[in-house]
Amino acid sequence: MAHMLEMPTISGLAADPMVPVPHRIERVKRETHDTFTLELMPANGIGLPSFGPGQFNMLYVFGVGEVPISISSDPRHCPGLEHTTRVVGTVTKAMGALKRGDVIGVRGPFGTSWPVAEEPGRDFLIVAGGIGLAPLRPALYQLMKNREKYRKIVLLYGARAPEDILYRHELERWRGKFDLEIQVTVDRGSSGWRGNVGVVTTLVGRAPFDPTNTMALVCGPEVMMRFAIMELQKRGMTTERVFLSMERNMKCAVGFCGHCQYGPTFICKDGPVFRFDRIQSIFGRAEI
Amino acid sequence: MAGESAEHGIFTIDAKHLQDLLTAISKKGYLLFGPTIREGAIIYDRLNSVDDLPQGWTDEQNAGKYKLTRRQDYAFFGYNVGPHSWKKFLQPPEHRLWKCKRENGGLQIISDSPAPPKHAFIGVRSCELRAIALLDKVFTGGAYTDSEYKNRRDGLFIVAVNCGQAGGTCFCASMNTGPKATSGFDLALTEVIDGESHFFVVEVGSEIGAEVLGETPHRAAKSKDHEAVNQIIAKTTSQMGRAMNTNGLKELLYRNYEHPRWDLVASRCLTCANCTMVCPTCFCTTVEDTTDLTGENAERWRKWDSCFTMDFSYIHGGSVRATPKSRYRQWMTHKLATWVDQFGEIGCVGCGRCITWCPVGIDIAEEVHAIRESESPTAGG
Amino acid sequence: MIHSLEPVIRQHPFFKGLEEHHIQFIVGCAKNVTFDQDHVIFREGDAAERFYFIRDGLVSIEMVVPHKGPTTLQTLGEGDVLGWSWLTPPYRWHFGARALRKTHALDFDGKCLREKCDTDHDLGYEILKRFTNVVTERLDAARLQLLDLYGAHA
Repeated sequence: MAHMLEMPTISGLAADPMVPVPHRIERVKRETHDTFTLELMPANGIGLPSFGPGQFNMLYVFGVGEVPISISSDPRHCPGLEHTTRVVGTVTKAMGALKRGDVIGVRGPFGTSWPVAEEPGRDFLIVAGGIGLAPLRPALYQLMKNREKYRKIVLLYGARAPEDILYRHELERWRGKFDLEIQVTVDRGSSGWRGNVGVVTTLVGRAPFDPTNTMALVCGPEVMMRFAIMELQKRGMTTERVFLSMERNMKCAVGFCGHCQYGPTFICKDGPVFRFDRIQSIFGRAEI
Repeated sequence: MAGESAEHGIFTIDAKHLQDLLTAISKKGYLLFGPTIREGAIIYDRLNSVDDLPQGWTDEQNAGKYKLTRRQDYAFFGYNVGPHSWKKFLQPPEHRLWKCKRENGGLQIISDSPAPPKHAFIGVRSCELRAIALLDKVFTGGAYTDSEYKNRRDGLFIVAVNCGQAGGTCFCASMNTGPKATSGFDLALTEVIDGESHFFVVEVGSEIGAEVLGETPHRAAKSKDHEAVNQIIAKTTSQMGRAMNTNGLKELLYRNYEHPRWDLVASRCLTCANCTMVCPTCFCTTVEDTTDLTGENAERWRKWDSCFTMDFSYIHGGSVRATPKSRYRQWMTHKLATWVDQFGEIGCVGCGRCITWCPVGIDIAEEVHAIRESESPTAGG
Repeated sequence: MIHSLEPVIRQHPFFKGLEEHHIQFIVGCAKNVTFDQDHVIFREGDAAERFYFIRDGLVSIEMVVPHKGPTTLQTLGEGDVLGWSWLTPPYRWHFGARALRKTHALDFDGKCLREKCDTDHDLGYEILKRFTNVVTERLDAARLQLLDLYGAHA
């Protein structure tokens, strides 16, 4: 019987989406040598609308610039926000030097969400690579908040090395507290690491999920997502149940500047979360 | 009959009363913008009077070529389109989005763009009306509205002009965007020069257009005036030097992402971005964040950008579209194919500017033709 | 002969499509095996005469690097095939394998199977086809590891 499968949802249009809202840094957490999490609260009593898992904000560092960063907190903690970021350029480097008490500008939330609330009764398979776990964390929070609504929940997470594993303590807590299967693998081991070594895509083949009743949420570098999706298809997953999160250069986040175009889609408003069949024809094409 | 305002009626204005028309528009609080000659080209800028119009001039255009020459008559609008398009007034090339002050450990963001002046566009061609309609969809037709665009657009008065000749690179007929202006104007003029008589047939397109016409000496149009308009439109249509076959164009391009033609055009393309600057529907912008010397005041500016630049698709240390081929392909596929999926119609209006202003004369219609032909060659050379 | 393994091997996706007499032969080469945690299954350089299907547990493919000690290149788990060096000369292990935790596996007499393949080329082709697949998958995975997709890009 065919199910009405939802496309990713949009939630929370910002009041004036072009103007940043000041937020104070409540805490800076160093996750790994190049990745950190900012915990933010509105600085002037004005917060942003609640967000859906998978959405992103544009974070503005005074005088330096703006970058799109996925929201990685629990939507229930709004207007508080968390963003896990990697230092990859000028703005993120400046952001990484900020301290508790500093104020940044935040615009958002923008984009589409992981289809969690709309799919009760399903198995969920989450495949995360590297910092790709950050935009998936809100989806995990949402799944756990209503755990009884879903069947099997499996998280496959690949990190570069053991010291690059994000949210370690939280993963342990989830493993213990909720009925959640978590398998972690690293691309390269280190002495003392007695877990999986190898790319996360190799875990898909034997992951315990029912391909006829599973929603797959995939996030990570594009090459990793490509191979992960191939493995999912080998297991019999159809493309309308596979969702991924795409990334491109962004300037405005509201569909005006044209930078984030990916084929006929604007990643800022048609994405970043896409149902795979929507972009299947251009996915993996060079220089699109 | 001055004083009679009938919406959507057809009237005539003597050429000597064109200034009265402009004055009537100014009196309503509009700043006039229109064609004028600057540095050997007809561009769009402030008009103070009819004297600023390129009366008696025409343009000779072809791929990579543009030249102004004198006409035999004194037509006010006897040319086609130049390197400027009306987007420069609706989406200014540089625009400050907001200012930000750092004080008391916090940030204060001030977005106080001054209200833009009321613009009147004089001499908008049919293709340009369609281009404005396309930009309307981009900036006001989606979930978000560009307030600066909307403010300028809402206060706009448009005097359209039906082209009396086709430009050397024009192909509006095959794009279904002209040469006759059919909607989106307050007044539409067709310039008629017949021996000694020189007048405009005026079609009223809105209430305010009717009001303005009411302030200008005018007469009801006669059937011979309607006939003159039809003849002019027919003549212009027949003069089109090129055409683009838009049947299944979106699917054609979607099928041919790896066509060898892209390599061929890439070997010519300089990625100079001229086409995107002159195109009336290209809308891409970038943002620039600046601070002053004190470091306490920052500003964010929005500026025109082009998908032809190396930085346009920069992410994670490199550009997604690194090769000129990928960038040309992006521009053309966006304009003619993905635009359809995004906004419901083709993004090209057949104005020919990209062909004229390309330094190496790349012709978008020819590129489409080449790809189409390679799939099913038509008989004959 | 351990006949209780016959249904396991017959149903195993790896042997799907083999002819009856080939399956019988393979059953004859197989036995159950359990490795305790940290048991060294084989060492780099040793004669490669067996291969394994992991039924559950975790096995580390490793190389002993001077001053670094045993370095895991990748791990294999349930459903994975361990070992192909028994198929090609000089029939010696290129890497070592160690059980990271208690592991159950099917143990196959590779030398025996190889000798049979030398005479029965039909069987040989079927076995090589399947092992080529294993090697391809392993190579793909290794290449992805090489790409260092999560590494710094700037």
